[in-house]
Amino acid sequence: MMLHNALDRYHDRPSSIHDLDPRVKVVVTLLGIFSVLLLPDGAWGAYFLVWCAVLAVALVARLGVGLVLRRSLVALPFALVAITLVFTLPGRTLFTLQLGAWEISASDAGLVRFSSVLVRSWLSVQMAILLVATTRIPDLLHALRHLHVPALLVTILAFMVRYLAVLLDEVTRLLRARQARSAASAQGKAGGSLLWRARVAGNMTGQLFLRSLERSDRIYNAMVARGFRGQYVTINPHRMRRRDWMALGLAFAALTMIQWLGRTLS
Amino acid sequence: MPIVHEPVARCVDGWGRPAPDTLALEVEDLHFAYPDGHVALRGVSLQVHCGEKVALVGPNGAGKSTLLLHLNGLLNGGQGSVRVMGMPVTTPNLPFIRARVGLVFQNPDDQLFSPTVYEDVAFGPLHMGLPEEEVRRRVVQALTQVGMAHYADRLSYHLSMGEKKRVAIATVLSMHPDILVLDEPSAGLDPRARRGLINLLRTLPITMLASTHDMLMVRELFPRMVIMDEGRIVADGPTAELLEQTELLEAHGLERL
Amino acid sequence: MNIALLTRLWEEVVVPRMHIPDGFLSMPVALIFWVITVALLLLAIRKTQQQLGERQIPLMGVMAAFIFAAQMINFPIAGGTSGHLLGGVLAAVMLGPWAGMLVMACVIIVQGLLFQDGGLLVMGANIFNMGLVTAALGSLYHGLAARQSKGVRLVVAGVLAWLSVVAGALFTALQLGFSGTSPFAIVVPAMLGVHMLIGIGEGLITMAALAFVMQVRPDLVAAEAVRTGGGRGWVIVGLVIALFVAVLSPIASADPDGLERVAIDMGFEEVAMTPPYELFPDYVIPFLGETPLSTILAGVIGALVVALVAFAVGRLLRQRAAAA
Repeated sequence: MMLHNALDRYHDRPSSIHDLDPRVKVVVTLLGIFSVLLLPDGAWGAYFLVWCAVLAVALVARLGVGLVLRRSLVALPFALVAITLVFTLPGRTLFTLQLGAWEISASDAGLVRFSSVLVRSWLSVQMAILLVATTRIPDLLHALRHLHVPALLVTILAFMVRYLAVLLDEVTRLLRARQARSAASAQGKAGGSLLWRARVAGNMTGQLFLRSLERSDRIYNAMVARGFRGQYVTINPHRMRRRDWMALGLAFAALTMIQWLGRTLS
Repeated sequence: MPIVHEPVARCVDGWGRPAPDTLALEVEDLHFAYPDGHVALRGVSLQVHCGEKVALVGPNGAGKSTLLLHLNGLLNGGQGSVRVMGMPVTTPNLPFIRARVGLVFQNPDDQLFSPTVYEDVAFGPLHMGLPEEEVRRRVVQALTQVGMAHYADRLSYHLSMGEKKRVAIATVLSMHPDILVLDEPSAGLDPRARRGLINLLRTLPITMLASTHDMLMVRELFPRMVIMDEGRIVADGPTAELLEQTELLEAHGLERL
Repeated sequence: MNIALLTRLWEEVVVPRMHIPDGFLSMPVALIFWVITVALLLLAIRKTQQQLGERQIPLMGVMAAFIFAAQMINFPIAGGTSGHLLGGVLAAVMLGPWAGMLVMACVIIVQGLLFQDGGLLVMGANIFNMGLVTAALGSLYHGLAARQSKGVRLVVAGVLAWLSVVAGALFTALQLGFSGTSPFAIVVPAMLGVHMLIGIGEGLITMAALAFVMQVRPDLVAAEAVRTGGGRGWVIVGLVIALFVAVLSPIASADPDGLERVAIDMGFEEVAMTPPYELFPDYVIPFLGETPLSTILAGVIGALVVALVAFAVGRLLRQRAAAA
């Protein structure tokens, strides 16, 4: 049950953002990320405007600023990959570090590039968070279908998210059962050899695989029992209203303006 | 306890004409062996009349589930025959048969495979090729029948076990079946959810065949009882009488009440 | 600075998942990989719809959920590192290449879209690295080993699984390098070095999971035809190990002339003479020193050549077995 909460990225609130057509939200999110990533390095003013826009949407959607900020930190560890930029890009030397035999120096150009990569990434993550926090998964799938993502792929995704919770529950039970039986004796070292541990993990994986396979057979039976004959049909009730078009236009205008500002100011 | 009114089951033949005397189910000398060689059915014959509510009991491995899967044509190929509302269960007839026999599986997680409750209840009627308006009407109707009308937009995995069971029943009621076939309907339910389910099944105006281990429910809900063991039917009669035969019950691993 | 600590940090924080977030790839790199990925996925959809029955729709959905869930199963390797599954090879072995690709793509789409594990604009690259490359390597199993004895099949699957993680990491590193996010000389050896270690977990779990399924449900992973002689099977194992070494050696050695080395490694004598574990202690060195890009590219080319040769031999063997 606890897992279900972790799975739920959607926050049910009565808000005009939640109410928008999911297509609009998907398109605006993608355009937004695209636009942020197109901003030049060091366009701090434009970055700030984007952040303000993100916060504004979070407030209108009644999500609260805290939620978006907290979740947006997930991708930051990847920053480690880019930190080398600070020391490898040529530019004015800011400071020098002594690392054993080497001396490495940080450049101002490197620092600007590194921080820009980080900020753009952080803003993009927040947009993606807003999308899933205000759009139910089934609506998201409908939007993908409307946006001409192939039907087979969307159907697989639909089955996947439906059974993700079920299988994560199953895997949690397996892990718990392993944990319950992993005792260490007072003298011996716990856990057995590497191969043995790998084998236990592999057995669990194999077990989960077979259970999943059997489950998919039962699901197939349940589908056939209700008339499934190879073609998956759903009701897809979304219709673009005037306010959806208006929201789309507004977002597009805002993104264009920020892009223009970012390019002229820097 | 409120007085529950017993509705009359709809009885029509395979072509939709009223036929009060039609056999809802007619199974004749059915045999079946799984591909791995395990023999599950050894000559089962069973008749269920329109409007009857029949319980199918017996130990695990007796062949109950195998028999239920035959009623919908999900399993076939053995010796013997099955007729539903007078219509033989054969490959060309399957699309019709599947609309007439509403099969509710034991684990509702297998049955509720769509992201939302609404889409799941709509699956059957949609795949019968009904127009969207009719589908919408039937979804609302079926969900109302099982008392889940307010759950249409919920995600299936958010539901409790009892709610899942109810929705699973709605997913076949929306196909307007003539016979409801249930595999272990009360398994895994807590007492309150079980009570709710029994009350629901009592009010549904439909012919019913349910496999179960829940003898209390059998006594309460099903006037007729069929005992299976080792792929055969070993007893068939009024529930009240069979429940008196202690030796018979014990011989087939059933609890005496 | 403590290199061991840095490596450890890298392993635990960055590497366990190669999911690139938005912003870390340049626009051209991100878009190019979207184009490649979309093209491959469309092909996979077409192939899947041709080859597989309607039963496959729920099967692939549940299998995608399975891979996602199986990625949570881990086991401690050593020193705080834990082994876990990416799953591309397992998916391709169990479901075939095209369905395996679709399943892996769905796993990565859900991780990015719902959990922000990997970005949206870079999703093409993420799907390519962790889904398509891994599943493609996994599908070599069917050409190489499907008819061989159980031991051969397991070893081939395990080595391919290891290779898939390393190949995925290589592509990730190259994309980061081409995007100008991190210099090739640092990111390529670092990513590869760490993933050679991480890949061991992938290889072991894949082997063990396959062994379990072979034991419990042999019908699912039955050898596809008459078993050929064990000797021939082990030739294939030799080839796959050559592939393994070909990727490993140019990176693990500080030797600059990689092409020559790869050429030598492709021979069997060299494989027999060079126990893989000797190559490991050196793998950190490029992390510190200079590793020319040419070495890495040589390694890639070498690996591709070996893969092609191995694939051709596999096909040849299969045809001969079919004729016999």
